Amino acid sequence: MTRALDPTVEAGSRWIASTRASDVEITQAVADAVFNPVGKAWWIAMLASLAVSIWFALSIIWLFYRGIGIWGLNSTVVWGVVIANYVWWIGIGNAGTLISSMLLLTRQQWRGSINRFAEAMTLFAVAIAGIMPIIHVGRPLYVYWLAPYPNTMSLWPQWRSALVWDFWAIVSYLLFSILFFYVSLIPDAAAMRDRARSHAGQVFYGLLALGWRGSTLQWVRLRTLHTTMAALGVPLVCSVHSIVGLDFAASLMPGWQESIFPPYFVVGAMYSGFAMVVLLALAVRWGFGLQAIITVNHFEVIGRILLMSSIVMGYSYASEWFMAWYGGRHVDRSLVAFEFAGTYAPLFWTLLFCNVLLPQALWWPRIRRSLDALVAISIAILVGMWLERILIIFNTLSHGYMPSLHRGFDFGLWDWTFLVAPFGLFALLFLLLVRLVPAVSMFDMRELSHKEGMT
Amino acid sequence: MSRPLLAEFDRPAALVTALRRIKQRGHLALDAFTPYPVDGLDEELAIARSPIRAVMLAGGLVVAAAAFALQAYSAVIDYPINSGNRPLFSWQVFLLVPFEVGVFAAALCGVCAFLYGCGLPRLHHALFDVPAFERATQDHFFLLAGACDDAASRDLRQILESSAICVTEVREP
Repeated sequence: MTRALDPTVEAGSRWIASTRASDVEITQAVADAVFNPVGKAWWIAMLASLAVSIWFALSIIWLFYRGIGIWGLNSTVVWGVVIANYVWWIGIGNAGTLISSMLLLTRQQWRGSINRFAEAMTLFAVAIAGIMPIIHVGRPLYVYWLAPYPNTMSLWPQWRSALVWDFWAIVSYLLFSILFFYVSLIPDAAAMRDRARSHAGQVFYGLLALGWRGSTLQWVRLRTLHTTMAALGVPLVCSVHSIVGLDFAASLMPGWQESIFPPYFVVGAMYSGFAMVVLLALAVRWGFGLQAIITVNHFEVIGRILLMSSIVMGYSYASEWFMAWYGGRHVDRSLVAFEFAGTYAPLFWTLLFCNVLLPQALWWPRIRRSLDALVAISIAILVGMWLERILIIFNTLSHGYMPSLHRGFDFGLWDWTFLVAPFGLFALLFLLLVRLVPAVSMFDMRELSHKEGMT
Repeated sequence: MSRPLLAEFDRPAALVTALRRIKQRGHLALDAFTPYPVDGLDEELAIARSPIRAVMLAGGLVVAAAAFALQAYSAVIDYPINSGNRPLFSWQVFLLVPFEVGVFAAALCGVCAFLYGCGLPRLHHALFDVPAFERATQDHFFLLAGACDDAASRDLRQILESSAICVTEVREP
C-alpha cells in the first residue's frame, strides 16, 4: 500500500515528518485507514481481546454467584486488587482529558496528533474503572441506592460517604468526557461522511456529523465551546482523582490519612496516563502507518513529561516518609519500616525502581528518541503505578493499629483474573474505535500543516 | 436579493482576498465554509459573539445549587442522622458533589447552546446539493456571497470567477 503521507527524516516541520502535507494528503492518510480493509494484525488482536473480554464477563458472573470471597480478601485486608484497579484505571482515564485540555489551553500545536485517541482512552478507562467499585460492594444489586431517588423506604444516600462522592465523580466525569470527545469529533465525522463511498457509511457518519458544514459561524462556536470545556475539564479531572485520593485520606488509617493524597494521586494519574498514551500512540502509528503525523518529536516531548512526573512522584514518596518520621507517631513510623522491609518489600522496591529510578534514563535525549526504550519505560511505569496503588492498600491494611490483626493478602487465581482481564475489554473497545472514527484529529492537523507552511 | 453565489477556492488566502474584494464593492459576504478554522475569517464576516459561555455558567451554577440544596435538605430536614453529635449541615463535604455535577451540567448546556446557535442537528441543507461541496470538509474553501439586484449579481459573479475554481448559484438555503 502506498502511503498518502510519506515519512521523511529531513522534514520541514517539527510536528509533521513529511516534506509536504496538503489537506488532501492528511485527510487521506487518516480517513483511508478507516475505510480500507484492515490487516491481519487487527483481526488477531481483535480475536485475542474478544476472548479476554469474554473471560472478564464470565469471571464477573462467577463473582456475582460466589461473592467477593473468591478474592484473597480477609477481615483485615478488606480491599484488594479491584480497588487498586479502580484507582489505576481512573488514573489512566484522567490523563486523556487532562492531556487534551491542558495542551489545548497552553496552545501546544502537537496535540492534534494525540488528542483523539487520548480522549478515547479516557472514555474506555473510566468506563472500566466504573465497573470496579460496583463489583466490589458485595451486593451489586443494590448499587442504585447510591443515587438519590424517591423510594418507599424514605432513604437518602449518605452524602458524607466517600463512596457516594466516587459515584458522582465517575458519572459526571464519564459523561463530560463523552461530550468533550464528541464535540471535537463533529468536523471529522463530517469529513468522513463526505468521503464515505458506501450508503451505510454515509448514513452513519452523517448522523454523527449532525449536518456540520464547516461554516465560519460553526467553527467560531465550536472553538468557543471546546476551549471553555477544556478550561472546565482541567479542574474536573483534578477533582475526580482528588476524590479518589479522599477515599483513602478521609479515613483514619496510618499511611492513608495524609493531606498530600489528592495532589499526589492527580500526578500519579497523569504519569500512568502518559505512559499509556505512549503505548497507544505507537500502536496507532504502526497499525495505520501514520509515521508522518505521530513523529519521534511527539514521543520526545512525552518523554520529558514522563521525566518531570517521575521526579514529582519521587518527591511525593519522600515527603510521605519524611512526614511519617517528622510526625513522630509510632504507627506511621513502623508503617514506613514495614513498607521497606515487611511482607511486600520486594514489590515496594520494584515500585521505586519502576516509578522513580528507571525513568531517570529519560534525561538522555537518545533514550527519549528511542521508541524501544520508551516502550520499556512506559510499561515499567504502568506496572510501577499499579504496584503503588495496590501497596497503598496492602501495606496500610496489613499493618494497622492493632498488631494482633496484622495479616497479609492471599493473592490467588481470581485476583490475577481481575487484574489481567479488564485489559481485554479495554483493547477490544480501542480496536473497535480506531475502525470507526479517525484516530487523529484531521482538522487540527490541517490547521497545523497550514501554519507550518507544509501545503 | 438575487440568488446567492457559492465560490470554490483551493487556498484559504484566495478566499480571504476575494472576500475583501466583494466587501469593498458593497456585496454581501454571507458565509465561508472551510476544512479547518481559518484565522481572521470571523472578523471579516462579522460573526456575532455567541452566548455559549454565559449559558454554560448559568446552567452549571443552577445545577450545582440544586445539588447542594438536595443534599442539605435530605441530610438536615428529611433524613437527619446524628452520628457522634456531628453537625447535620456539614456544608464542607456537600461541596464535592455540586462541583462535579455542575461542571458536567455546564458542558451539557454548552453543547446544547452550541447546537442551537449553529442550527444543528440538521439532516439536510441546500448547500449539500452543490456539486463538490463535500470538499468543504476536506481540502477546499467555499465562499457564499449575495448581491442586492441582478446587475450587482453579474458584477459579483465576475469578481468571484476571476479567482475561484468554480462559481455556482445556490437555491435559497
